[in-house]
Amino acid sequence: MTANTPSDHDLLEMHRRMVLTRHLEEKLGEMHKAGRTRGPIHRCDGQEAVGVGATAAMAADDYVTTTHRGHAVYLGRGLDPRRVVAEIFGRETGYCGGRGGHMLVGDVETGMMGGNAIVGASIPAATGMALSMQLRGEARAALAVFGDGAAQTGICHESMNIAALWRLPVVFLLEHNAYGLTVHHSAQSSVPDLAVRAAGYGMPGETIDGNDVLAVYGAVEAALQRARRGEGPSLIEARTYRVEGFSTSDMGGYQPDAEIAEWRARDPILLARAALVDRLGAGRVEQCETEARAEMEAAFEAALADPMPAFAPHVASAPYAARPEGGR
Amino acid sequence: MATMRYAEALNLALREEMARDDTIFVFGEDIATYGGVFKVTQGLAEQFGDRVRDTPISEQTLTAMAVTAAMTGSRPVLEIMYADFLPLSLDALVNQASIYHYIWNEQVTMPFVLRTQGGGGVGTGAQHAKSLDAMVAHIPGLKVVAPVTPADARFLLKAAIRDPHPVIFLEHKLLYNLRGEVDEADDAVGEIGRARVAREGRDVTILATSRMVLEAEKAAEELAGEGVSAEVIDLRSLRPLDLDAITASVAKTNHAVVVNEGWRFCGYTAELAATIMDHAFDDLDAPVERVAARDMPIPYAEPLEREVIPGAADIAAAARRALA
Repeated sequence: MTANTPSDHDLLEMHRRMVLTRHLEEKLGEMHKAGRTRGPIHRCDGQEAVGVGATAAMAADDYVTTTHRGHAVYLGRGLDPRRVVAEIFGRETGYCGGRGGHMLVGDVETGMMGGNAIVGASIPAATGMALSMQLRGEARAALAVFGDGAAQTGICHESMNIAALWRLPVVFLLEHNAYGLTVHHSAQSSVPDLAVRAAGYGMPGETIDGNDVLAVYGAVEAALQRARRGEGPSLIEARTYRVEGFSTSDMGGYQPDAEIAEWRARDPILLARAALVDRLGAGRVEQCETEARAEMEAAFEAALADPMPAFAPHVASAPYAARPEGGR
Repeated sequence: MATMRYAEALNLALREEMARDDTIFVFGEDIATYGGVFKVTQGLAEQFGDRVRDTPISEQTLTAMAVTAAMTGSRPVLEIMYADFLPLSLDALVNQASIYHYIWNEQVTMPFVLRTQGGGGVGTGAQHAKSLDAMVAHIPGLKVVAPVTPADARFLLKAAIRDPHPVIFLEHKLLYNLRGEVDEADDAVGEIGRARVAREGRDVTILATSRMVLEAEKAAEELAGEGVSAEVIDLRSLRPLDLDAITASVAKTNHAVVVNEGWRFCGYTAELAATIMDHAFDDLDAPVERVAARDMPIPYAEPLEREVIPGAADIAAAARRALA
């Protein structure tokens, strides 16, 4: 899915991945209420268009890094739902054998170089990979997905400065969901539109509708192409909204009901569905959604039946050893 | 065989490795055009071009970039100008570099080297004279080496660059001008995790790291004049630790002094003392003696700094206490 204009098939596939992600999030919400999840889960309901649209724009050998709220990137990049669910439930069959959990899923084969639960860390992570590719003369690019909270970190500034200075093939995708944990962005920055910062680094910056999957796809696709041509980084600020709170442990109370309602009316899946129904007819869209939900149901069923991992102490050749092999 | 300075031996190792493997790149502050404030990277930019880069002052991001560049086919060597700046690198070390090999179920290795230099003694003040060895050696997933001789500097830097995992390479500002024999024709690579017997002895084992090995050797000379035969062990690798070398020496001498230039409380000497307790308690005739920096900021004025950073006299005194 890297053509400039996505085909009907591509559009339907993006929609399918958004529905797949939403169903994952809703299932996780139910299972949390039933006491069947472990640790906090950071749902991305309402933000699916950002992760799915952006990853759809990637080439097969591009890299992506994401946040603690990365499910749309995982599934958007085409990770196997069963193995994603297995990782979330700490199963041996998960992408990290149950060692990572839902925030730290990484899959080198697809270039999905991790969710990251240190806010802001996805930014230098992608920048470092971009440097690696530039030094080796490869026409590839890295995509950093990060939030408006992460945009306030020092490493965000450092990374953007270095990337622009060295014209690194990286795209900074700011997934602006209005809150850093409980704090509204107006209490985190004096600048309402963060894309203006791009000018300070000498790179292009734009603000787009993060709930419009096609807008995300188009902007990221153009920026990745630019990066691969050696023209340097770009900043894309995708405005969206987190409708389900920070995590499953969030007690709420800081997001006004009217604000949530306003954004629910602009749900990215509703917007995509309306556009697709016009284009392809209701039957085909409904079928796609039904299949996506069934796929996620099957993923849960299979993953939850998978075994838990057994603990094995690391071998002496691993970097975790405090002493070399042969020590007592 | 050539006589060269410690800094030159490091430079040689970098040249040799960069010529051998074009996935290696070197970056850091003031390291390209100027050749590094301690001149370790002098001339590399002329030879290797874009693979040697001056960077903005952004330690936190540079360290994080080294981690992912290393995951994706490159072998970065990052210079952090002073060990005192390691706290800026720490998030990338503690929360990124050290975790992924295990947490991602062994999908990745991270062959990068972070070179830095620490230590005091020349009036660089509280923010440019520390030894934060224990802070990095504490982290599972990192290897930490601290060579003392020019030959070891070369061999261990080559080993660190070729290692599939992150290596923190600790130099000392007072070692750069130290001269020693280096066999340029010998293309051997060091082995991380092996200590060196710097001086053989029978009565007391002195375990030391980095420049403190030189102070321990001076102390051993002083003790020899008193009829005490001290064995000095240069650990070379702070993590992993060469347990066999430690236990073999303590089994022979039955007395141990452990020395590190960092702070005492929760310091590297605490780990060494505990290791000897765990593995050689029955061989000890006396409690392990610790020599470390006083637990306070490192002051500027010479008479003050001298009181905070340990030296040969402190080590000799500790050995006498152990043998009393």
